[in-house]
Amino acid sequence: MPTRTNHLPARPAVRSGTGKKIVKACTINKSPEELFRFWRRFENLPRISRHLVSVTEISDMKSHWVARSPADNTVEWDAVIINEHPNNLIAWESTPDSEIKNAGSVRFEPAPAGQGTEVTVSLEYVPPAGKLGAMIAKLYGEEPELQVEDDLNRFKALMETGEIPTTEGQPVGGDQKTTRRKRGAK
Amino acid sequence: MRAVCWYGTKDVRVENVPDPKILNPGDAIIKITSTAICGSDLHLYDGVIPSMKEGDILGHEFMGEVMEVGSAVKKLQVGDRVVVPFCISCGQCYYCNHQLWSLCDNTNPNAAINAKLNGFSGAGLFGYSHLYGGYAGGQAEYARVPFADVGPIKIPEGLTDEQVLFLSDIFPTGYMAAENCNIQPGQIVAIWGCGPVGQFAIRSAYLLGAEKVIAIDNVLERMAMAQQGGAAVVSSDEDVHEILKEMTGGRGPDACIDAVGMEAHGSTYDVVKQVVKLETDRPYVLRQAMRICRKGGTLSIPGVYAGFLDKIPLGAAFAKGLTFKMGQTHVHRYLEPLLRLVQDGKIDPTFVITHRVALDEAADAYEIFAKKTENCIKVVLKPHEQPPPALERRARELESLPSEEIAMELPRSKRLHEK
Ligand SMILES: NC(=O)c1ccc[n+]([C@@H]2O[C@H](COP(=O)([O-])OP(=O)(O)OC[C@H]3O[C@@H](n4cnc5c(N)ncnc54)[C@H](O)[C@@H]3O)[C@@H](O)[C@H]2O)c1
Ligand SMILES: [Zn+2]
Ligand SMILES: [Zn+2]
Repeated sequence: MPTRTNHLPARPAVRSGTGKKIVKACTINKSPEELFRFWRRFENLPRISRHLVSVTEISDMKSHWVARSPADNTVEWDAVIINEHPNNLIAWESTPDSEIKNAGSVRFEPAPAGQGTEVTVSLEYVPPAGKLGAMIAKLYGEEPELQVEDDLNRFKALMETGEIPTTEGQPVGGDQKTTRRKRGAK
Repeated sequence: MRAVCWYGTKDVRVENVPDPKILNPGDAIIKITSTAICGSDLHLYDGVIPSMKEGDILGHEFMGEVMEVGSAVKKLQVGDRVVVPFCISCGQCYYCNHQLWSLCDNTNPNAAINAKLNGFSGAGLFGYSHLYGGYAGGQAEYARVPFADVGPIKIPEGLTDEQVLFLSDIFPTGYMAAENCNIQPGQIVAIWGCGPVGQFAIRSAYLLGAEKVIAIDNVLERMAMAQQGGAAVVSSDEDVHEILKEMTGGRGPDACIDAVGMEAHGSTYDVVKQVVKLETDRPYVLRQAMRICRKGGTLSIPGVYAGFLDKIPLGAAFAKGLTFKMGQTHVHRYLEPLLRLVQDGKIDPTFVITHRVALDEAADAYEIFAKKTENCIKVVLKPHEQPPPALERRARELESLPSEEIAMELPRSKRLHEK
């Protein structure tokens, strides 16, 4: 796959200084190729990210994202890939006509001494004003850093072991059953 | 099924809960034939471990028969008889590949929250709080065991449950505690705590070549059991520092094992601070061990600590160039070698059991174990057996008394210096 850099939109989705940025890294005991292959199919991402409902690839470069928001509503936007280096980097951002301004990238670098691959995820979003803004803020949870770290942990577990650790659906004593189910559904 | 559920400080209840199901392809469902209560469970019972929720199923020392396996399970088969390690490990990550099983990266669904507290998270554990994954435990009729091809060890014919049950935790924990001391010929190991972990640490230290083991506690029947394991015993009510110095020719023990952990008795200062939550742990033993340990010696800490400790004499540790080794046991590493020791008759782990009760009697059993009444040292629960009628139970309790009486007869001063 050749390296491609799309024509950058006249105005980036998240202008510098206007957004919130989260950067998280982890090391995964797999090759950059395997990890890149999974991530490049954005349709895989809802498996590792709890707040994504679906991602649909419209074309090779363009995709449609649906995310959960509070009160079981969903929010949607389109994203395009703006930079891609095979087995090393994918960067995307929301299209200019999207209400939800956000951008992201993921980088895969070999870790020292055969420890696999260092994966660095960077997400940026503009918390818009008003009702929508509140929804977006909630989208990433009260603690967005924690959510992204959680997603990255799930990515790592899935890649290294083929499954994501869970306790959802396990037995609990009496009164907790109902509370836990509610919590699980978010 | 019936399961032991946590409801708060000093409140555990045996309840009907749904049966566990396979949730991931690597899971197995185990029908539990024997399960034990651990000193670690007492930290939950006493409410000093954070992130427990009402209804959580307790228990991390269990074994039984495989009832069902997930689609990815290759090695285990329905009908296999297995012992399950208390830590859940994936077998694929860096830590698993380096035999650091309890530090597995991939089994704690709440790793991100745990990492906020500890920097990084360890493995998920059965029945041991939501910071450690919130997995339902094994004090129940059935349990779901994730990564079933990685953890459970198959038990060969001819061994009873009680001979192998403690491979799940306390035998490997005592053994790793001793191994962490890096024992050299002629060395003296001091062990605080003659609970089950201390008992296995005593015997393991001798198996690993210790010259002498000194055990410290103040519960008579536990001290007597330590003596039976070959240890010289010292009462924690005495001046431990001076006595240990005297017993080691003024050098101090070459290695010290803290098999007590965060709820040590002996310091009012820590009790008060723990109660008012100015301190999460009571590190009385740790301080003592840091001061008495020989220069250049090793401090091995199997006892659980959970948070922030006060007045730790790090200056003493620094001045004497001590080595610290600690952590949750890498149980998987010890399963095969310790099973072999049992098979070869080098050790019979059943020595530590004082109580065998039905699962339905668990609430009582927790209380007895916590208060150390009825000379209780280790409780084994039998999930698929019915509780005996009251009279029969009383007779059994009386039966478990005698041998420890001997220790009670000994005059205090003699007990102190017994070699
Ligand atoms: N690292 C691990 O993986 C692991 C595994 C199992 C248990 N543990 C921990 O090991 C510790 C011991 O477990 P156990 O099952 O033997 O528990 P236990 O509660 O049965 O035994 C603790 C013993 O320490 C004694 N003690 C208390 N204060 C003392 C003091 N100041 N000096 C000397 N002795 C004192 C008590 O009298 C008791 O006999 C606990 O903290 C437990 O959580 C750790
Ligand atoms: Zn235990
Ligand atoms: Zn692992």
